[in-house]
Amino acid sequence: MESPRIDSARIAEVSRGLERDEIERREKVFAVNDLGVAYSGKPALEDVTLDVHKNTVTAFIGPSGCGKSTFIRCFNRMNDLIPGARVEGTVLYHGADLYGRDVDPVDVRRRIGMVFQKPNPFPKSIYDNVAFGPRVLGLKGDLDGRVEKALHDAALWDEVKGRLKDGALGLSGGQQQRLCIARALAVEPDVILMDEPASALDPISTTRIEDLMHELKRDYTIVIVTHNMQQAARVADMTAFFSVVVDDDGSARRGILVEYDTTAKIFTTPSDRRTEDYVTGRFG
Amino acid sequence: MTRSRVWKNRLFKAAMLFAMLVAFGTLAVLLVDTLITGWPELDRQFFSDPPSTVAEEAGARPAILATLYLGLLVLLLSVPIGILTAIYLEEYANRERWWNRAIEVNIQNLAAVPSIVYGILGLAFIVRGIGVGRVVFAGALILTLVVLPTVVVASREAIRAVPDSIRQGAFALGATKWQVVWRQVLPASIPGMATGSILALSRAVGETAPLIMVGAIVYVAFDPTLFGAYTALPVQIYNWTKQPDPTFQTLAAAGAIVLLAIVLGMNAVAIFLRNRYRKQW
Repeated sequence: MESPRIDSARIAEVSRGLERDEIERREKVFAVNDLGVAYSGKPALEDVTLDVHKNTVTAFIGPSGCGKSTFIRCFNRMNDLIPGARVEGTVLYHGADLYGRDVDPVDVRRRIGMVFQKPNPFPKSIYDNVAFGPRVLGLKGDLDGRVEKALHDAALWDEVKGRLKDGALGLSGGQQQRLCIARALAVEPDVILMDEPASALDPISTTRIEDLMHELKRDYTIVIVTHNMQQAARVADMTAFFSVVVDDDGSARRGILVEYDTTAKIFTTPSDRRTEDYVTGRFG
Repeated sequence: MTRSRVWKNRLFKAAMLFAMLVAFGTLAVLLVDTLITGWPELDRQFFSDPPSTVAEEAGARPAILATLYLGLLVLLLSVPIGILTAIYLEEYANRERWWNRAIEVNIQNLAAVPSIVYGILGLAFIVRGIGVGRVVFAGALILTLVVLPTVVVASREAIRAVPDSIRQGAFALGATKWQVVWRQVLPASIPGMATGSILALSRAVGETAPLIMVGAIVYVAFDPTLFGAYTALPVQIYNWTKQPDPTFQTLAAAGAIVLLAIVLGMNAVAIFLRNRYRKQW
């Protein structure tokens, strides 16, 4: 009763993750310090401090409303698009302030790609979807080759190579999501953010996306939000657990970072009681 | 109990059918009557000759040409202005600023202003104020003002129908605001904009009141030019119906058929566009 229920299956699942000293030896891609986000003056997330290392998968888990999606949107400045959103604290990207005065969010987003919860292919052909990024960024060179490589890397090429001119909306949900990943890869980003990328997909498509993450982390740094704990356990090297705190009068709810550690630690021997309750299914 | 329910059902159905028949029956009678009256007058002379005081020699060439000119000018003026306004309001305007909210409310109100009011304004400001005079161009400017709010409202609806996820996806790839609007939002909303604009335009083509105010004159014996005196088909029809000679009544009917054909043709294009580029999400 007192100790978390740990079964061998879960340990097997998390065993694919990297060791802590191996992760920390890698370059810091993001260094987040005392970050807070407020929407129209109402705090949604407070006091987050964590580092994200190169060529790792970092997962953010937690109950609904814990601010994990809000947090991931700080990394590519998507919160800038929401009127009334305010970000405080610092996010260093390779040592440079992501929110510095002379930083253009457009430049940030070309280096830090994003995949959304619901597949959102453009109402264009498969080819034009992948080519959109290189085209708007004015990337020179072999566009066909770039599109093919991105589709290969997103494990979609074999399924679509004969029909690149067909509409992207004719693809299945899982294919659409891999197309969105290919679209993000086509601009050769440094980091890929994934906001619950498999939550709208069937189990087989979900497995394909998870396998893909293992492949992609060789070349990219991946940050993923998920409400699926098994998914975090399967794909992530590091896991951050977020929770919700409610004011005494019950009026305001905001997200906080409870614990951040290797996935193995979070899922087997978490330090915080709240993490333990969440990963053992007693809460949330 | 059951019987009365069945009867109520039938009664209500009959009432709705009756309402529909009244509405469409009246229209159909008017249409058939106009067609029967006007059809014999729709000969070459009607399309090739200017109006005349002698009914047998009268045609509507200047009026038809002027109406087509007006339609084209209104299209060229109202569509770019209307679409750019809609893009500004939907994509760029910060709704927390009071002036943007004021513009929004006013555009909605302007769409409901009677067209004669625009005619009076046009007479004061465009014809006399700026001194454009009673010419085709002045008429086109007034009609542009009449339809502009409708074009803006329709274009805004079309832009709003583009899901936000498309914009977010494009932004996330490093596109600038302009690239998102130009390459994603605009192509996706063009069918809706085209439909709305054409419907607004067909309203402009049928307008009479503001054109009478800004001097579409009745006897124009020559083809219209941009800065010349003109008449328009609705004005011409209106004038013919006032003539005592009954032959002019048949000419008016013929004019009405041509005007109907133009308007229905434009609406057909709008319906075609809407079906052709069906929503894809």
